Amino acid sequence: MPSLGADMEAGTLVEWLKKPGDRVVRGDVIAVVETHKGAIEIEVFQTGTLETLIAKPGQKVAVGLPMAFIRGEGEGAAAPAAAPTSQEAQPTPRVAMPPPPGPLTVPPLTAPAGVRASPAARKRAAELAVDVKRIAGTGAGGAITLADVEHAAAAPAPSPIDAMRQAIGAAMARSKREIPHYYLAHTIDLEPALRWLEEENAKRPPPERVLYGVLLLKAVARALHEYREFNGFWTNGRFQPSERIHLGVAISIGKSGLIAPAIHDVDNLPIPQLMSALRDLVARARRGGLRSSELSDPTITVTSLGEQSAETVFPVIYPPQVAIVGFGMVLERPWIVAGAVVPRRVISCSLAGDHRVSDGHRGARFLSAVARLLQEPQSL
Amino acid sequence: MTATTYREAVRTAHREALQRDSRVFLMGEDVGQYGGSYACTKGLLEEFGAERIRDTPLSEAGFVGAGIGAALAGMRPIVEIMTVNFSLLALDQIVNNAATIRHMSGGQFSIPLVIRMATGAGRQVAAQHSHSLECWYAHVPGIRVVAPATLADARGMLWTALEDPDPVVIFEHATLYSLEGELPDDARSVDIDRAAVLRPGHDVTLIAYSANVQKAMEAAQQLAAEKIDAEVIDLRSLRPLDDATIMASVRKTRRAVVVDEGWRSGSLAAEISARIMEQAFYDLDAPVGRVCSEEVPIPYPKHLEDAAVPQPEKIAAAVRALFGDHG
Repeated sequence: MPSLGADMEAGTLVEWLKKPGDRVVRGDVIAVVETHKGAIEIEVFQTGTLETLIAKPGQKVAVGLPMAFIRGEGEGAAAPAAAPTSQEAQPTPRVAMPPPPGPLTVPPLTAPAGVRASPAARKRAAELAVDVKRIAGTGAGGAITLADVEHAAAAPAPSPIDAMRQAIGAAMARSKREIPHYYLAHTIDLEPALRWLEEENAKRPPPERVLYGVLLLKAVARALHEYREFNGFWTNGRFQPSERIHLGVAISIGKSGLIAPAIHDVDNLPIPQLMSALRDLVARARRGGLRSSELSDPTITVTSLGEQSAETVFPVIYPPQVAIVGFGMVLERPWIVAGAVVPRRVISCSLAGDHRVSDGHRGARFLSAVARLLQEPQSL
Repeated sequence: MTATTYREAVRTAHREALQRDSRVFLMGEDVGQYGGSYACTKGLLEEFGAERIRDTPLSEAGFVGAGIGAALAGMRPIVEIMTVNFSLLALDQIVNNAATIRHMSGGQFSIPLVIRMATGAGRQVAAQHSHSLECWYAHVPGIRVVAPATLADARGMLWTALEDPDPVVIFEHATLYSLEGELPDDARSVDIDRAAVLRPGHDVTLIAYSANVQKAMEAAQQLAAEKIDAEVIDLRSLRPLDDATIMASVRKTRRAVVVDEGWRSGSLAAEISARIMEQAFYDLDAPVGRVCSEEVPIPYPKHLEDAAVPQPEKIAAAVRALFGDHG
């Protein structure tokens, strides 16, 4: 079970999309897993032959536990040495090996230190798949009792939106707790980009028309070529820059949901392809069907408030990323061009940076680079 | 039904035993002429004669040893040791001889001996006369230990103990002798194996024996007014312990408080608590509670003696401590 975010502990298998014996190639979608971010398509990390399915649909599987066995290309019939269930050599491929019982189906019984729950409460919580960490205890000294677990289990399950709000809360609280943010904003003259786009769009049939947001994404991705310290992850106490540029795109869902899946390699995508990728991503985010890699690997996030919103956004970094770029709404403002005051459409571009990785000086130059790129939209 | 007392029930049990089996005889300090230190054997000397109701010197090791010899020789002796406090002088006879001879003779000899003794505090007789050392005996394989807490058991346990081929120690709490109640006219012998549920309940199991069963019942009354429904178990047998009855109750109520007049460290309450952990851990909804005697020599002044031993209020408080904001 892959981790689809720092706050994910387990996922529930919805369905297998491959069956034993199928050949799978790295990147293939192999299964659908329900998480607090909705139903996610899981991609395989490895090329080979799917040998055995371990997890069953409906099972809750903790992050890091095996869901299936894949025999790698060129690997013999012997079970892989790391396979947790068997290390003995077997001359013929095993079929329908029974999944190891127990650990895969129940959440970990070992509660974190500090949770006071009675043995009976813990046992019932495991049976009912209730997380004791989320229960308020009414027993002596605030201990969680059997009755507390049963009440919690009987309470209506949180809606997916509630779960998503909880996930956002956890990630943002962690961000504000751990990341020393600094903020910059710069107003960009968007008139050249918008005029160019209007001309381009006039030549296209409506379904192929491009939104200005795509230009913003492309400009950010291109600027990142020169400013590598904004693209990557803060892990294990140090910054790990990413070679590839996967832009997380903040997409609102319903009234209070928010998700920021990635469009991969944005710097290499031509504008029309980027537009279709964005359209596809937004559609899948809203109806479900995001892929695991889209959730786990944005290297920086871009949030664009769009029309009828606010002038400037001061965004919060999504850990373990180290920067987020925000765009406010497009406004028509008096602007001075070649010594004359003229009406221009402008947009505020802001940056929240992780001060452990970068400084405001570099951040300002990064925003200037975005502004410069948007002045020559035809070369994006 | 006939109104009677615990003391009278003990006396009736002796009369029945002496009448039913000519091998039965009674010996101990002041059991004959004086009628027993607690007046349990009044009139038996006149009824059964000096051969079968024998006053002994103040020599516990001597007369308990004589009882063991008589049992070896085929008699069914009842040896009364005035109190558990003085039984320490006979501990060698009981632990080294009575408890081991069956084992060490490869089963060739058995000791069908019954030893009765009073136990416990509560009568202002000070530290040397107020011990509750039942758990010392309950520690020893080879002897059976029982503690009648009710009139029915005072009446019925003696005969069953006499029928046992091995030594049985009967502990009678000194505060129980004046306990009043009713017994059926046809009351007879009772089993000495099983614990008894004296009061069914759902929220907590109170486990007690001897005089503390009454205190646990009083605590249960207090708790009922607070909507805590306590089940009360009278252990009856201290060795062997009736694990099945204890665990069945704890699995139902999921909470337990063990009441024991012995000192807390190394007590029977400690043993019972450990068994609950071993056998019913995953059914528990709270830690097992204990109400034992304070770890001091039992004081003479009444208010300090009362404070030193389990009381209904202490038991009720220990139960409340297992719950959070109850009600």
